Amino acid sequence: MTESFRQSPVRTEREVDLVDAGVIGDVERPLTFAERVVNNEALQRLTILVAIIVIWEIYARWLNNALLFPTFTETVKTFSKDVASGVLVDRTLTSLRTLAIGYAFGLALATLLTTFAVASGIGTRILSTLTAMFNPLPAIALLPLALIWFGLGTPSLVFVIIHSVLWAVSLNTLIGFRSVPETLRMSGRNLGLKGARYVGLILIPAAFPSILAGLKIGWAFAWRTLVAAELVFGVSSRSGGIGWYIFEARNDLDTATVFSGLLAVILIGLIVESVIFRELEARTVNLWGMQR
Amino acid sequence: MTSALLDVSGVTLQYKTPRHLVTATYRVDFSVHQGDRYVILGPSGCGKSTLLKAVGGFMAPVEGSIRIRGRKIDSPGPDRMMVFQEFEQLMPWKTVYQNVLFPMKVTKKFPAAEATKRAEAVIEKVGLAKFRDVYPHMLSGGMKMRVAIARAMALEPDILLMDEPFAALDALTRRTMQQELLALWDQLHFTVLFVTHSIEEAIIVGSRILVLSPHPGRVRAELNADGLDHNSIGKPEFGALSKRIHDLLFGGDQKQHASEGVA
Repeated sequence: MTESFRQSPVRTEREVDLVDAGVIGDVERPLTFAERVVNNEALQRLTILVAIIVIWEIYARWLNNALLFPTFTETVKTFSKDVASGVLVDRTLTSLRTLAIGYAFGLALATLLTTFAVASGIGTRILSTLTAMFNPLPAIALLPLALIWFGLGTPSLVFVIIHSVLWAVSLNTLIGFRSVPETLRMSGRNLGLKGARYVGLILIPAAFPSILAGLKIGWAFAWRTLVAAELVFGVSSRSGGIGWYIFEARNDLDTATVFSGLLAVILIGLIVESVIFRELEARTVNLWGMQR
Repeated sequence: MTSALLDVSGVTLQYKTPRHLVTATYRVDFSVHQGDRYVILGPSGCGKSTLLKAVGGFMAPVEGSIRIRGRKIDSPGPDRMMVFQEFEQLMPWKTVYQNVLFPMKVTKKFPAAEATKRAEAVIEKVGLAKFRDVYPHMLSGGMKMRVAIARAMALEPDILLMDEPFAALDALTRRTMQQELLALWDQLHFTVLFVTHSIEEAIIVGSRILVLSPHPGRVRAELNADGLDHNSIGKPEFGALSKRIHDLLFGGDQKQHASEGVA
């Protein structure tokens, strides 16, 4: 049976001159303009945005009830009016300032915690227990407690923002550190790197995709928490944030202004996500081939 | 002490898995002299990689001692640069040039100006000048391996430790890399400790071969293999040495293990 299996017909050998590949041109050629337009991500996203706006406008006009659902044009009109008068800019800046303070504190604490965690086994256990406890706890649920501890004002907001950033970033960083390939660790230790230099020069860049994911989640949590917290109490100080701007407008039944406030929240989210973080990704993990 | 560069005497190595205590090598002796291309050869399970890790300072022997230039090895250090089998040893966030420069920078072995000059020179030498500013993920396996060797050599370690560096490459690239390693050695006469499971590679690359038996790893033989390279593959002395090693490892029982250990 094996004998017959191995028998194949006798064939002649051949050597041929290479076929001219001129028909398909160079091995590599630049994409045509049309091909690039279709592949352009920014353009695709813009198209989606325009489609959403068109649907919004048509629906609002059909509903014809400014109290429930103002049109896009009306919203934009209110938005530009409030931007021009400086009210919205002021409110947004107040929010962003609070956010920046909370985010910075959260990152600093996360760095401290994770460095401590990789330094020792017990540190890892402490951090995993803490993140398991506090990560599922909604930051906004801590607001009443924060109000008792820190009173009405920025410190309470900063406290809840820190809470929402800290655990997301720590968890992701720790996961990132753990998944650094053994070879890379050994090649770092081979050079005699230890302690903070080892973490800074090997672990952090090697775990950067995961750290970046943590930063993004942390940012989204923080922004959401802040706007929500301001809705609960922006009442105390005259320099309220964007959440307070929305809350005020709702009290006046000024739905177009509520929409313009929401628009501001979305716009800032979009800018941070698709400009700042995109740029950071393009310059790091994409460039290094660690993420597609 | 002898005049050997690296002296391994009576080394027993053990490591723990969650369920077992594994003895990787048992009372292994050998010494490597300046300029040796010393190959540790053996089938899987003979503890050859563990032995290399111990020389690298990543684990301590439970018995015996490992000395380099008479000094006892107790931790990893840049005097023993390792080249790993995996391609992950290059830092993906650094270009070829930065990867080669990095070890010199962190160890401060050379002044900054000299370090950059050395990096340029060694990249040129391994034929990657064109790819100087490219990130590792854009390189082929063979090129990554060349960068890994370049970054180790640029530091001028006392000894280069190579853990099956060509095992993950395709056969054609492996052959090229072996030739390049030998060509580099002809230029620089560095000392290298090379681990492999391939008899053919051991004979081609090595000037001296330590044959280990498995479970646990013990010395079976120490042979000279100088003067044999790719050009001598068909020659009778190559075949004779190959057969001799084969018989040492598998006790002449060629049928059972015919394919094992030969790449």
